Amino acid sequence: MSNIAIIDYGMGNLYSVAKAVEYVAGSKDTIIVTSNADEIAASDKVIFPGQGAAKDCMSALQQYDLQSTIIDAANQKPFLGICMGMQVLMQMSEENNGVDCLGVYKGSVKYFGNHLTIGSGDNSYKVPHMGWNCIEQQQSHPLWKDISESSYFYFVHSYFVATENESLIAGTTNYGPTFASVIAQDNVFAMQCHPEKSSQVGLQLLKNFIHWDGSNTVN
Amino acid sequence: MPLAKRIIPCLDVDAGRVVKGVKFVDIRDAGDPVEVAKRYDREGADEITFLDITASSDNRDTMVHVVEQVAAQVFIPLTVGGGIRKVEDIRTLLNAGADKVGINTAAVFNPEFVKQASDKVGSQCIVVAIDAKQVSKAGEPLKWEIFTHGGRKPTGLDALEWAQEMQDYGAGEILLTSMDRDGTKVGFDLELTRAISEAVGIPVIASGGVGTLAHLADGVKIGKADAVLAASIFHFGEYTIQEAKSYMAQQGIVVRS
Repeated sequence: MSNIAIIDYGMGNLYSVAKAVEYVAGSKDTIIVTSNADEIAASDKVIFPGQGAAKDCMSALQQYDLQSTIIDAANQKPFLGICMGMQVLMQMSEENNGVDCLGVYKGSVKYFGNHLTIGSGDNSYKVPHMGWNCIEQQQSHPLWKDISESSYFYFVHSYFVATENESLIAGTTNYGPTFASVIAQDNVFAMQCHPEKSSQVGLQLLKNFIHWDGSNTVN
Repeated sequence: MPLAKRIIPCLDVDAGRVVKGVKFVDIRDAGDPVEVAKRYDREGADEITFLDITASSDNRDTMVHVVEQVAAQVFIPLTVGGGIRKVEDIRTLLNAGADKVGINTAAVFNPEFVKQASDKVGSQCIVVAIDAKQVSKAGEPLKWEIFTHGGRKPTGLDALEWAQEMQDYGAGEILLTSMDRDGTKVGFDLELTRAISEAVGIPVIASGGVGTLAHLADGVKIGKADAVLAASIFHFGEYTIQEAKSYMAQQGIVVRS
């Protein structure tokens, strides 16, 4: 039985995230979509989604006055970051000529176009990185339960997380560079892809999150 | 394994019902978008595209309800196209659970709309649909032009230049339909597909003309498409998505298994 808060700060549609979580939740789990700091603070678990540009996300967080609420949640309880919700946990993003982010983790967010050749040739890539790609699991983790190595997840993004802290990396994906598609530390698990759009594999991951106690212990 | 090439079934929806005869024996109601979408998800479809062909604007809200219902039960990317003319329409569909919207005619008549839309909701949500027809004659260098109204009205716009322009205006993806091939089942216009795919740095979905699994594979291998879209070969049960994927994998194409 969990009380799960999905943080709504006006960035992107949360309908799919909420519906996917509801789909795998138990009848005693409560799922709320909220921008209310008290409700987020009172919840057992937090999902932090996000879409759009880094600058818009950061100003929306400021506008909703949610920055410290999110940092507190990331320090305290099971926390799932999705897409921009992963990127803004880093120190800064190259997007929009450089944007300071929440700085929960050391590292930055970089533009694919500076790290690969854009095009349709054999060694070139389209940007955005859009579609299904594999995640190679880099550490055992409760959220990988019943998810096979190299499973396909759905991605849509033009920027990726880069961190020198290798112990933070829980999953990698290759698209030109091999990048950190999942980071995890203590009670935080954050992924670039969209579990809510990744069919059965994504639903399994959300189910694992609902059952997660926030520890790194794999049963 | 690199990024998988996508297979996208396309459903025509009229006033909330799937039309153009989807024929599955194992679902109760072949006109129910939710049932059909579930079936395609189970088969391994990588995305689903809904084309709203509702003629009456009174029924526009119906599509929003369709998207809500599908998005509550089918957890793969959903694209909705047809009659989208305002940023507000896009917002409404995204909030209902769509991931991307297709803009077609509105882009031709008002390219700024693509820019406004992508600025508001992000390029990743904006698919510009391009309907192109070959206008060069035999022996001339190949040339394609953008047509509207189901391929009846020429616009004078060169397809390659238009695709690049749409990319610059903020399109995140291009859905390319050959109006010469649409409905013919003789295969994609591979030269058109390849020319567009090589002209832009955003993903290109090939559409129009699929009749066999080999056509799908050719769209990727020869046409350099990032995704292939088809309707009738899947709807009439000629092939399952799974069969299409197995075939493509045998051809050395990376698909999501």
